[in-house]
Amino acid sequence: MVIESDCILEARGLRKVFGGFVAIAGVDLRVQTGHLHALIGPNGAGKSTLFNLLTKFIQPSAGEIRFKGQDVTSAMPATIARLGMVRSFQISSVFPHLTVYENIRIALQAHARDTWGFWRSEQALHRFDEDVHDLMTQVGLEPLVYTRAADLSYGRKRALELATTLALKPELILLDEPMAGMGQEDVERTSALIRSLARRHTVLMVEHNLKVVADISDKITVLRRGEKIAEGSYDEVAANDEVRSAYMGGAHG
Amino acid sequence: MAHRYKDFRPRLVSPMQSYGLLAVVAAVAVLAPLVIYPLFLVKVLCFMLFAAALNLVVGFAGLLSLGHAAFFGGAAYAFAQAAKVWGWPFEVSILFGVVVGAALGFAFGLVAIRRQGIYFTMITLALAQMVYFLAVQAPFTGGEDGIQNVPRGSLLGLIDLRDTITLYYVVLVIVVVCLLQIRRMVHSPFGHILGAIRENETRVTSLGLNTSRYKLLAFTLSAALSGLAGALKASAFQLATLSDVSWHISGEVVLMVLIGGIGTLSGPLFGAIFVVMIGHFLATSGLPVSLVVGLVFMACVMLFRRGFYGETVEYLRTRLLSGPQATPKADK
Amino acid sequence: MTELFGVPLAVLAGQVMIGLINGSFYALLSLGLAIIFGLLNVINFAHGAYYMVGAFVSWGLLTYAGIGYWPSLVLTPLIVGAFGALFERTMLRRLYGFDHLFSLLLTFGLALALEGMFRWIYGAGGKSYAVPPSLTGVYNLGFMVLPIYRAWVIVASLTVCVGTWLVIEKTSLGARLRAATENPSLVTAFGINVPLILTLTYAAGVGLAGLAGAMAAPIYQVSPNMGSSLIIIVFAVVVIGGMGSIMGSILTGLMLGVLEGLTKVFFPTASALTVFIVMILVLLLRPAGLFGKDK
Ligand SMILES: Nc1ncnc2c1ncn2[C@@H]1O[C@H](COP(=O)(O)OP(=O)(O)OP(=O)(O)O)[C@@H](O)[C@H]1O
Ligand SMILES: [Mg+2]
Repeated sequence: MVIESDCILEARGLRKVFGGFVAIAGVDLRVQTGHLHALIGPNGAGKSTLFNLLTKFIQPSAGEIRFKGQDVTSAMPATIARLGMVRSFQISSVFPHLTVYENIRIALQAHARDTWGFWRSEQALHRFDEDVHDLMTQVGLEPLVYTRAADLSYGRKRALELATTLALKPELILLDEPMAGMGQEDVERTSALIRSLARRHTVLMVEHNLKVVADISDKITVLRRGEKIAEGSYDEVAANDEVRSAYMGGAHG
Repeated sequence: MAHRYKDFRPRLVSPMQSYGLLAVVAAVAVLAPLVIYPLFLVKVLCFMLFAAALNLVVGFAGLLSLGHAAFFGGAAYAFAQAAKVWGWPFEVSILFGVVVGAALGFAFGLVAIRRQGIYFTMITLALAQMVYFLAVQAPFTGGEDGIQNVPRGSLLGLIDLRDTITLYYVVLVIVVVCLLQIRRMVHSPFGHILGAIRENETRVTSLGLNTSRYKLLAFTLSAALSGLAGALKASAFQLATLSDVSWHISGEVVLMVLIGGIGTLSGPLFGAIFVVMIGHFLATSGLPVSLVVGLVFMACVMLFRRGFYGETVEYLRTRLLSGPQATPKADK
Repeated sequence: MTELFGVPLAVLAGQVMIGLINGSFYALLSLGLAIIFGLLNVINFAHGAYYMVGAFVSWGLLTYAGIGYWPSLVLTPLIVGAFGALFERTMLRRLYGFDHLFSLLLTFGLALALEGMFRWIYGAGGKSYAVPPSLTGVYNLGFMVLPIYRAWVIVASLTVCVGTWLVIEKTSLGARLRAATENPSLVTAFGINVPLILTLTYAAGVGLAGLAGAMAAPIYQVSPNMGSSLIIIVFAVVVIGGMGSIMGSILTGLMLGVLEGLTKVFFPTASALTVFIVMILVLLLRPAGLFGKDK
């Protein structure tokens, strides 16, 4: 039994219906503070939809969301981010025509709430340079500081997105398939990065592949057709018959 | 160790060249009224400011407004009313025009920003038409005649503005200061957020910012500057009329921005010169302005969407700068 | 004399009828806009200009060629539609890949150019078009007299609207059109000629505007600016209704026309503002529009 305060994010009876199609059918989810929690499931299971619900990018049809004990079911997406739950997107989401430097600086501006000064000079923004440097170093983008985001490789775009997410000093990070579409080298670098993040932050991460999350996650939740079918450690989940059949069915269907 | 990064922007001309260019432009601006009819120049200046103000939302916030005539013309009426009927001094009346422009912009923004893309554009157009109908019916606007013979007065009670050349220099100073402020705004902390919203609004939301508020501020600032342009024009021509609030004016100023180059700092200024000149020459030729403006519009959309300035810059970039500095190192 | 809310019934009924006529035109035009938007993702700013051209074509057919009302009711939509098809083929098509603000601007330019051209040729004043002999006269309904032509316009345009709705919602052609809207690449894979569909859709949409123009000619003055003042109101109608639903655009158009007519009875000065005020209220209370589907 988990004590209430250990649980940073809690969703109860979350449900989403898209014009008759039930995408999320009453899911309960508890993310424990400090955990790296993985959310897996076959294509179309509703993983991204669940992320969108948790961060309020779409409105749930029913259910309740609590973050740090506070009811955020009717909060705006921007408010959620302010409270410390910051997400990334399945399709990497950067500012394509801005440089790596500018991309990260925007996030730092947002965090410092230095966003309204329309009368102030650009020089004022250089106060963020030191933090930009730190973040770039963390994700290994420092050599590409003046490259436009659009010109980055796929893996580097994801790293950049991660850096902008970290700039907000989030308490809970939601990552939607951070390694999908990456080459082997990028996967290793990113998974090492995520592991190091998880030492300081709580992470909820969507992943397709059970194997990838096997050795880095503390807890795994398996979703299929909008329903939670299993939850627990890797060994528990992997032993579950329904999970096996879902993955077999998913592979052939 | 302290780190400091550059604001990376490819330069097309060296600093020396740009000072040279600036000196030429300044000389032309100062000497122009000796050669060209000053009232025409004032009109050009007003539309430069108007186009630059519109570009603030179209180019830098990604919001295409087809309702800016309401701010321009609304402020013109406000100025005329204040200066003529209430007898307020020049600078206070101008300020009143700016306030009316800003207030209208804020109100438009509150309503229009609830929808995106083309809906936004249609809403601004409809709201401006509503202002037009109000102007047709309101008692103080003088119907078809407008408000005529508005006194210019003097600046701070010191400089007599009845002399059009003096007026030109006053307007020149005001417009240049505003254009510099617009430039500063585009690169300000706020300007960077605005640019990010245009690039990827969802991501900005996920970074914890309520994007509507930033769009609203941008829209209000743009409306305030458009109001200033309208008030200045009304003071120069001593007249505020229905045509200043009509949708044709909203269209013309969009054309100025489009011809010059959407989202470039100096493009709209060239666009304004060009369109005001077309209007001037057509007035005497008997050809209808809207036919020509419409055709130029179509040609522009079909042939050079980046606009005159944008296309030139692109040409120079590919021609002159084919070194490593032009295209930052790709990482593919 | 019968009165309602202190207003003679005849006056009230008269305004409701004028409202229905305006509403029919709003419905016909917003229907065309919705079809074009649905399939081409283009806001056809020139829609009002096509309506104006339709009125002029009909007037021109009578004046220069002696072709009367009934044949021109068929010829006008064809001529306007053909012009639209040409425009789509030569220009609009090239902009599909770009931000759709560019197609809005292109059609905006076309609207300006057409209006300017007709004003240049025919001046700003209006031309009148006589009501066809077969439709002159009035019905006496007891509480009001109803000009036959006006009754005909309401019936005819509603028939066209409902017919279009039936074609799109209930036939296999319509099903294919709707599929093309939702998933163009899939439809292409089924061997349907999507570019042709797009051209025909645009032609049909603007043809409807031309038809509206031909029907409007005997009621309003045929003048170069008859389109631009109408199209801005129709845009407000479209914002109110949302373009997601064909029936929605028809109903919203009629409803607003009638509402405008009623406002004229009770607050004459506010009547021109009615549609805009409703638009503001709808945006504040239900931002997606009455029948809107977007978010
Ligand atoms: N906005 C929407 N409207 C209608 N249906 C939607 C919408 N978003 C998602 N769906 C449907 O909901 C289901 C779940 O989608 P979701 O993207 O959440 O799956 P996922 O688990 O993230 O899949 P993947 O592994 O492919 O990313 C899918 O069947 C999808 O088609
Ligand atoms: Mg997904």
